[in-house]
Amino acid sequence: MLKKRLIAVLILRDGQVVQSVRFKHTNVIHSNAIHAIECFNKWAVDEIVILNVSRDAASREQFAEVVGNISSECFVPLTAGGWITDMEYAGQLLRSGADKLCINTAFLDDPELVKALSLRYGRQCIVASMDVKADEAGVRVMVDRGSRDTGSDPVAWAQRAAELGAGEIFFNSIDHDGNRKGYHLDVLKQVCSAVDVPVIAFGGVFQWQDLVDGIHAGAAAVAAANIFHYTEHSTKKAKRFMAEAGVPVRSEGSHELLQTLSVS
Amino acid sequence: MTEIAVIDYGMGNLRSVAKALEHVAPEARVNVTSDPGAIAAATHVVFPGQGAAPDCMREIRARGLDKTIENVIASGKPFLGICMGQQVLFEHSEEGDTPCLGILPGKVVRFPAEAMVDAQGNKLKVPHMGWNQVHQAIVHPLWQGVAPETRFYFVHSYYVEVGEPGLIAGFSHYPFAFTCAVARANIFAVQFHPEKSQAAGLKLLSNFVAWNGAAN
Repeated sequence: MLKKRLIAVLILRDGQVVQSVRFKHTNVIHSNAIHAIECFNKWAVDEIVILNVSRDAASREQFAEVVGNISSECFVPLTAGGWITDMEYAGQLLRSGADKLCINTAFLDDPELVKALSLRYGRQCIVASMDVKADEAGVRVMVDRGSRDTGSDPVAWAQRAAELGAGEIFFNSIDHDGNRKGYHLDVLKQVCSAVDVPVIAFGGVFQWQDLVDGIHAGAAAVAAANIFHYTEHSTKKAKRFMAEAGVPVRSEGSHELLQTLSVS
Repeated sequence: MTEIAVIDYGMGNLRSVAKALEHVAPEARVNVTSDPGAIAAATHVVFPGQGAAPDCMREIRARGLDKTIENVIASGKPFLGICMGQQVLFEHSEEGDTPCLGILPGKVVRFPAEAMVDAQGNKLKVPHMGWNQVHQAIVHPLWQGVAPETRFYFVHSYYVEVGEPGLIAGFSHYPFAFTCAVARANIFAVQFHPEKSQAAGLKLLSNFVAWNGAAN
């Protein structure tokens, strides 16, 4: 049966890997994304998600180039997102080496694009990114890098995303992002039980236990960004912790075998 | 010299297949192409695929690649189908009620919603997405050095029901056993993505590059 997946997320601004704290992106972690990919490859990560959070649409070309560069070293599934507003650019990212497209704002502004992409490339290719935010008025889904309120509650939003053709939900919380308090568990739980498609939990991981909590909330995969960049062998250690906590994770894929294969 | 043609029919991500092949066979020439001449001239042919069956078949036919693929397979050169490139080798796909190439007997069906419950009673998600164990049903040059029950990366909502049991080279469970690898003569085809399956996938690809197309 399937193992629970561990996913490393790279947040890119203007081609550089940055730290994200409540959707503000300041600290540059890696000036070249390929270094991060090389590490994660060695550390038995199951998938990689790379997101372009630049404010400027002109970043699209450079981002596609980065996707192209890292895909040559990335032998696990690669999901790319940010500024996917038309079929052409979606196709460009896939040709550059992305396996899946992570789509956020188009679910509000251009549902027809989502449908068309899902029909053309298959549902498994479409990851619906949803960012939730809580205040006195309740929990709502935000789009456009967290700047616009859809007025929709997370459960209804996730169900609609799946209906429009998403094969996976990438769940993030603006309040928890980079805020070291673990995933937004109660909302995550509601979303997981409301949809048939797998849910990836993201946003807020500060300790390995947070990953375990995400799985217990119903997520099929758990993701983190900042924490994986700051620890040597981070994803390996995270998996060991998860395995010890009774979460079934994949432990194969050692770097040693990879090395023996590359000298042929 | 080894020349690997990766068949390009305008769908999805071919780059990662090409990059993985280049990684395991730095001395080989890897050519992503839709040109029937280039495909016919290659020593090895990889038929990858992603997307929905109706679109794939339409693009294959629009480029005249159906005939090319038949010819390659008849020529006896090593042929590797991946994901949709495995499914469309069969006769028919339930996805969009699509007639396929019919090179291998069998059909492609969707994971049935009513069966998607595990032993603990938990509902299973479709697509089947993630790392699952592959049971090797036969001894084959492409399995050489790949440990039994190794995990490969899957992402699909449809799977193959073979018309002849002898075609089955490997199977997985989700939650029931389904065929995830088939082999006949110079054809080897898999539902999972070796190019996305880290070390085990690269091993399978390097076996393919070293393969002469004979079944054992």
